[in-house]
Amino acid sequence: MAFMNGMVNDRIQSIISMEMSHIQIHQPGFMDNDQFTLSIANSDSLVEVVRGIPNVSAACKRIVINSMVASAETGTGVKITGIDPEDEKKVTGLHSKILEGKYLDDIGKNSIVIGEALAKKLKVKLKNKVILTVQDVNNNITGGAFRIVGIYKTDNLMFDEANVYVRNSDISRLTGLNETEAHEIAILLNNNNDTESALKAISACFPELEAKGWMQISPEAGYLVSAMNQYMYIFIVVILLALCFGIINTMLMVIMERVRELGMLMAIGMNKVKVFMMIMLETVFLSLTGGVLGIIIGYFVIRYFGHQGIDLFFWKDAFSSMGYSSFVYPVIDSGTMIIVTIMVIITGIFSSLYPAYKALKLNPSEAIRS
Amino acid sequence: MSIIEINGLHKVYDGKSLPVYAVNGIDLKIEEGEFTAVVGPSGSGKTTLLNIVGGLDEPTKGDVIIDGVKITELSGRQKTDFRMKNIGFVFQAYNLIPVFTAKENVEFILHLQGKSKEDREKRTTELLNAVGLGDRMDSRPNKLSGGQQQRVAVARALASKPKFILADEPTANLDSKSTENLLEIMERLNREENITFLFSTHDQRVVSKARRVITIQDGVVVSDIKTS
Repeated sequence: MAFMNGMVNDRIQSIISMEMSHIQIHQPGFMDNDQFTLSIANSDSLVEVVRGIPNVSAACKRIVINSMVASAETGTGVKITGIDPEDEKKVTGLHSKILEGKYLDDIGKNSIVIGEALAKKLKVKLKNKVILTVQDVNNNITGGAFRIVGIYKTDNLMFDEANVYVRNSDISRLTGLNETEAHEIAILLNNNNDTESALKAISACFPELEAKGWMQISPEAGYLVSAMNQYMYIFIVVILLALCFGIINTMLMVIMERVRELGMLMAIGMNKVKVFMMIMLETVFLSLTGGVLGIIIGYFVIRYFGHQGIDLFFWKDAFSSMGYSSFVYPVIDSGTMIIVTIMVIITGIFSSLYPAYKALKLNPSEAIRS
Repeated sequence: MSIIEINGLHKVYDGKSLPVYAVNGIDLKIEEGEFTAVVGPSGSGKTTLLNIVGGLDEPTKGDVIIDGVKITELSGRQKTDFRMKNIGFVFQAYNLIPVFTAKENVEFILHLQGKSKEDREKRTTELLNAVGLGDRMDSRPNKLSGGQQQRVAVARALASKPKFILADEPTANLDSKSTENLLEIMERLNREENITFLFSTHDQRVVSKARRVITIQDGVVVSDIKTS
């Protein structure tokens, strides 16, 4: 459970820190077809207002164009994101994922940062030039040569292959957009749990714009969370069923081994209620001992690997192609641990009923001679 | 009044092809303070008789009256309670609880009766001393010899001050020295404390000590001899 939790948390963290941020603001309809003309005119002042909203950690503007990038060898469709490098640093972790070269700061005009997977696909290296072909404000096709100054690598192969980053100023100049115009305002919050309240505050400030949380922008990420919760419940049910059968099996063995002793206890005057309670208590203590020990060991194992991480390097490519990091940091919240403990106790009590019933069915005169 | 009265006792087991007549019409009276052996070949019905007298098994027909109480008419729960208060059991295989010490094994039945800690301590010590195991009170059964374990079983049977003790082949697993020792203790308890013993046996050494010998064959009493 902690392992699965760790994987999902990592994926969500990656979605928020690299791909979405917590909240994005667009012109209504922009998300549907990424229409170039649906830009936010006064984006700089809007960003300033957003930064003043409670729980907002950072905000930045972006120009977003779905278009083509081509090398001397080949071309492909990509999402071009125009960013203010310094502002973007505060919102996403792109700068920390640079594998070769540099981030976009302090480098000359028409610089571009591309993903390692895209570089391989285009067969280009650092300092090579690529051509971006875009539509300008007058709906004319235009293009520009951009020099690769940095190659980044995230845990998501598909993301790396489909996203390139340039400076806002460069892409504005190429497309003829005003420097204050942007398509997207990306907002990072102090805490993921604040998303709903921040979303309400932002929507109230800018009723004419469309603000969406990361779960709405990327329904598959929201689905991932709810699906994982469901898997978790199925997983718990399967484990508890196995536990139930394990306990029943163990206790039936215990009863089989102690038939003579139980017969003697019944003969000397231990009534059925006491025999039943004795078997039930033994089962509950067995479950409690195993359950509590397991939870304590589990807690320390999770704590250790939660810091150190588990490196599944041999499946790195497979994980990466699905957008997951091969480094998993198991995590489990105390609420889940308490629920699991309670469920173990309930399963223990439930599992004790059948062995206790079997013990009651023993005939003392036969049991003594067994 | 007899302490045990058995009237027209029958026990038929439903065999797969033929019914088995384990007890086939037994009438007996055991008086208080008797030291009685039930003897007979294997399959003669000794154990079945003792099980019915001890309330561990139901007769097909007939009554068992213990100290005026018709135990064959008691419910399961009443019978369990009756056994705890009135009958002491000694089994062939000792049947001590392996994780308990000798003292705890004896004390257990007093615990079931809800006796106070002081009463339990006093009675347990008294009984284990009486069976010559005062110095082995804290030993677990696996640290005791067969004879010592059976003496603990006798002490356990006596713990609740029962009306009589039922012993099903108590010496079957013991060597001759242990048998002699155990018989000496049982005889002494019978003589000095007037405790009634009813035991089944094959062992001639036990038979020779009994003051009444009831011989059973094919589920019926074939002889009933009082030796003293």
